[in-house]
Amino acid sequence: MTTNQLILKTEHLQKVFGGLMAIASLSFEVREGQIKSIIGPNGAGKTTLFNLITGVHPTTAGKIFFQGKVINGLKPYVIARLGISMTFQTVELFPQMTVLENVMVGCHPRSRAGLFSSGFRLPHMKKEEKWIRDESFEKLGMVGLQEKASLPAGSLPLGEQKILEILRALSTGPKLVLLDEPAAGLNKVETQKMADLIYSIRDRGITILLIEHDMSLVMKVSDEIIVINYGEMIAEGPPALIQNDQRVIEAYLGGETDYA
Amino acid sequence: MGKNNYLKLLGILIVVAVAPLIIKGDYYLSILVFMGINSMVVIGLSLLMGYAGQISLGHAAFFGIGAYSTGVLTTQFGFSIYSAFLSGLLLSAGVAIIIGIPALRLKGHYLAIATLGIGEIVFIIFNEMIGLTGGPSGLSNIPPFHVGNYQFTLSIQYYYLVWVTLFVLIWFSLNVIHSRVGRALKAMHGSELAASAMGVNLSAHKIQVFVLSACYASIAGSIYAHFVSFIAPNNFALMTSIMFLVMGVVGGLYNIWGALMGASLITFLPECLRVFKDFDILIYGAILLMILLFMPEGFLVGIPALFRKYFK
Repeated sequence: MTTNQLILKTEHLQKVFGGLMAIASLSFEVREGQIKSIIGPNGAGKTTLFNLITGVHPTTAGKIFFQGKVINGLKPYVIARLGISMTFQTVELFPQMTVLENVMVGCHPRSRAGLFSSGFRLPHMKKEEKWIRDESFEKLGMVGLQEKASLPAGSLPLGEQKILEILRALSTGPKLVLLDEPAAGLNKVETQKMADLIYSIRDRGITILLIEHDMSLVMKVSDEIIVINYGEMIAEGPPALIQNDQRVIEAYLGGETDYA
Repeated sequence: MGKNNYLKLLGILIVVAVAPLIIKGDYYLSILVFMGINSMVVIGLSLLMGYAGQISLGHAAFFGIGAYSTGVLTTQFGFSIYSAFLSGLLLSAGVAIIIGIPALRLKGHYLAIATLGIGEIVFIIFNEMIGLTGGPSGLSNIPPFHVGNYQFTLSIQYYYLVWVTLFVLIWFSLNVIHSRVGRALKAMHGSELAASAMGVNLSAHKIQVFVLSACYASIAGSIYAHFVSFIAPNNFALMTSIMFLVMGVVGGLYNIWGALMGASLITFLPECLRVFKDFDILIYGAILLMILLFMPEGFLVGIPALFRKYFK
């Protein structure tokens, strides 16, 4: 796995909100085809990190490289088109649109049709529309959502909304997917489905960066884990190593030495 | 676009073709012409507000730019009606781009106030550029529309002109809605954060739909100028912008058909209420209030919903 090429790299990444240091100085690497997880207590800066990578928040200092190119400072939609897609901690589907349409929106970066060719239904637009529809419908079939294709996305139960959100992210044709707590609020069966989905994404050669609080899921699926606390990395390594790391245990449970 | 919409389009085509056989008289036909003109503007607003989630309280400005371009250029500069029409369209699009770039960075109430201000500025320009526009006393003798030597002088001719144009605009709008662009607009309305994560260029799409809706208003304005042959700034004041908005809201903005129904109803309603003499404005207000209270999504969605609620 380590022989694979670098896909994402951060160098001394920093983010300050007002006077609050959300990310202190974070440097890490993600290799192609990996499932890498980011864990840490609430408020550690995990979601902030995702927002920096996707360009939602500007960085205060440091650099982010995606496939060797600096991407910080680019607009979110440009970063999305480069091949980084994400799902959100609080589900951000388009609730009024149908389940199928949600997936179809995901095809946006891979399609061209503009206002005029759409308005006049020019031949190339019709052709494009057809593959978008067919492919999206097929995608729904992979997770058994085809019967619900024409329902409003907002009417699905949470578990299916989360899966739909991942499908939508995959439709953009990403090379790297950022999943922000995909298993939060899911029951055991749904979490198992989510794990299978994560594996199937990786099997397609898509790299995954995962934020998750469900430790059994994290330890099961991750190739490598980064632990952050107060915006700093306190450990990095494969799951077996992280589980027994003294600093990690302290960060989660509070260190005994603090009270001595 | 879906079979359903094609059927509706066909239905409209039939109604439009048959209506003049039943509805006779210049007065009623002219109401139908105004219905069509207003519908063009409101359908543009529906794309902008209902689908893309951006508000405009200044659409009378684009309606006015279309009308005044046609009026001024044909009466004072000897432009042909087509080049005047195209100039109006380009001017509206240009103004929409220049205004849209800064204004569409704003959201919600702020965008509403900004567009309201734009409407006022354009209104003042119509009033003050007396040399060109004739100022508050208006601009008259705008030539009728013509195709070659065929002159449009009767209401029935304008009726067909307006409704055929409207038909094309509806078709274009429905195509846009059921396309990559339309999905991007709806996505933007649902969640800007998620839409940009899907690679949707928010500001480009906002400006695009703003320009498109400005063009619809401009087309309506040009036809309006030809039809009434006399225009004055008061036709394009804030109240006109509000009227367009009310038409949309009453019919339901999240739906092209709702926009069409709303524009038709609100254009026709004052004529129906004439029998109430001095009380007409009171009853008009009451009807609007009832629709907004009981059918906040517009009566096209609201009436079937009320039926389901009370008769099932």
